[in-house]
Amino acid sequence: MDTRDAHRHNVLTSGHRACSGCGEAMAARMVTDLIGPEAIYVNATGCLQVFTTHNQQSAWQAPWIHSVFANAAAVASGVEAALRARGENTPVIVQAGDGGTFDIGLQCLSGMIERGHDVLFVCYDNEAYMNTGVQRSSSTPHAVRTTTTPPGRVSEGKHQLKKDLISIVAAHRMPYAATATVAYFPDLKAKVEKAMSIKGPRFLHVLSPCPLGWDHDAGLSVTVARLAVETGLFPLIEMEYGAVSGVVRLARQRPVEEYLKLQGRFKHLFTGKGGAEEVRHLQALADTNIRRYGLLDADTEWDTNEASQAQRHGRGSYAAPGKEGAS
Amino acid sequence: MRQLLEGSRAVAEAVRLCRPQVIAAYPITPQTHIIEHLAQFVADGELSARLINAESEFGAASVVLGAVAGGTRAFTASASQGLLLMTEVLYNIAGLRLPLVMVCANRAVGAPINIFSDHQDSMSVRDAGWVQLYVESNQEAVDTIIQAYRIAEACELPVMVCMDGFFLTHTFEPVAIPEQAAVDEFLPPFQFARALDPARPMTLGGGSEPDNYLEYRAGHHQAMEQAGEVVAAMDTEFSGQFGRGGYGGLVEPYCLEGAETVMVTLGSTMGAVRDVVDRLRADGMAVGALRLRCFRPFPAQVITQQLASAARIVVLEKAISAGAGGIVAGELRAALYQAGMSAPVDGVIGGLGGRDLTPAVIEAIFRRAAAGNASAACRFADLNADAVPSTQES
Repeated sequence: MDTRDAHRHNVLTSGHRACSGCGEAMAARMVTDLIGPEAIYVNATGCLQVFTTHNQQSAWQAPWIHSVFANAAAVASGVEAALRARGENTPVIVQAGDGGTFDIGLQCLSGMIERGHDVLFVCYDNEAYMNTGVQRSSSTPHAVRTTTTPPGRVSEGKHQLKKDLISIVAAHRMPYAATATVAYFPDLKAKVEKAMSIKGPRFLHVLSPCPLGWDHDAGLSVTVARLAVETGLFPLIEMEYGAVSGVVRLARQRPVEEYLKLQGRFKHLFTGKGGAEEVRHLQALADTNIRRYGLLDADTEWDTNEASQAQRHGRGSYAAPGKEGAS
Repeated sequence: MRQLLEGSRAVAEAVRLCRPQVIAAYPITPQTHIIEHLAQFVADGELSARLINAESEFGAASVVLGAVAGGTRAFTASASQGLLLMTEVLYNIAGLRLPLVMVCANRAVGAPINIFSDHQDSMSVRDAGWVQLYVESNQEAVDTIIQAYRIAEACELPVMVCMDGFFLTHTFEPVAIPEQAAVDEFLPPFQFARALDPARPMTLGGGSEPDNYLEYRAGHHQAMEQAGEVVAAMDTEFSGQFGRGGYGGLVEPYCLEGAETVMVTLGSTMGAVRDVVDRLRADGMAVGALRLRCFRPFPAQVITQQLASAARIVVLEKAISAGAGGIVAGELRAALYQAGMSAPVDGVIGGLGGRDLTPAVIEAIFRRAAAGNASAACRFADLNADAVPSTQES
């Protein structure tokens, strides 16, 4: 018997059907092992549900329920209400992808937070609908190639920006909301532990690379996630009651090309004629994050005007729909 | 002791007596008074439940789904657009075999938007896998809600108690509200073997494939068919213990002895139908009526037994499958055919969007049906043909 994992809970155990290098499987394993089996897990429809509960088999060693795509936060609200009504303090955890969080699940998530349910909502963000074959979501970054935002003669991929979900969530003035990735385990661990120490609605946004959809080498998932942070494209932050309460500072900012060039979903930016402008735009977005959250220099002031300028650049961003048309 | 109560208040009293621990809902006319009364009970400490004001009906249905999976008795109510917004979750609750009770305050479905009563909403979700019970009166609504929890928990199936919006929900009638001790005796504390519990970790709602999905659906169908016996048994047991009711179980006949022309209908319409039957019988016409109390499971066998000696049948229903006709009429014809019966079935749609089905309208339907050889697949009662919008005009 292999006892190398004996010290772990193995809430999400081996034998599931995730792709090689799956960032979501990695993230879910980290998060659920930190929380342990003394919790109720509510899962939205998506890759995690599909690859862990295939056909009368389950990789979950904790109580787990899946209902439909959009309602995980509402189901969790009901589970929490039931447990508290029965006098039980068992933690309730939601796990959802970016589709189940940013898009179809956003209304239920907002309701759950606004009503103050004692639930930790974890979004494993792989920036598109990977389970259905890599279609764009509102989490897909600007200029990315997906099957529904294909680059073409007159388009450089997704026209719109990645939705700033952490700000939307934090605007509920909830106790705790944070971003994390699979690349910084100590940071993820600290954030899960902090979230689990707080009562009320909590939100954890975990960037989870998808080798299939991002089109990168399966062995590079952690590297890609690290570069997302080091370029400033995905800032690691914490927000408490609507205000930024912590950021992971960077020793130095890497140019976005280092991140983009590892991934086929950005390949057209380096081969097509409009790509250079989009790369500059993505760099401007990263630079904006650096200043907004003071990722390099704690004294930098956040300039709203400058940020809005950065977000307006780039071909076909939503500031100029008339010119490029909406996707 | 009977009290004069609004239908929604009577329903709320019945729900309170069933001791749900989680209630979730989203306001929609004509369901709102039910939830408002429950909210007041909670606010006054008369009901120890978490009342969750959800962000939509989709959310409300999902909250009670979670609450039942979390091991508590739960309640929700909706109507019309709200019930349809719940549809995906209604199927899911049924597929997960969660014992839940909800009230549908029956209302028309837009467009055109219309807040008044018909059965289009609940009929539209008839295939979702819920037991559906249609009540005639507010007393029956009270008694049926209490029975519904027993049915749901015995069968691990959700039960939808359908009551006509406004005609019942907003109408004051004398209603007997049972004592708490009597309801406690009838309805034991909530037990659900598959509740989410770290001590017994289970996976609920995992994936299925072509090699077993069919079997899940067949099992659900069989459970629904078996639920018919439980519906009938609960009605009998309830009337035995509480000394009233006895609503016929699955179907309630009225003056079927010697009846040649029988009207089949659902819900509060039956009240007027009874009066018309009495009047026509006094005139010497051999008419009777049959009320479908239970529409899902569809009690084909009981219906065909009751209609065995009917020469002509007329279905009066408040919903339509556009392009096909009456939903109940279609199912009834199939049941008769299956039983080798050949009585003609007149299919009449009426009362849509709150249109009154007056005794005069019902009498005209009876007289036309009784005249024989006039059976139609689908016609409309009280239709102003001149006002039907024509696609030719613009």
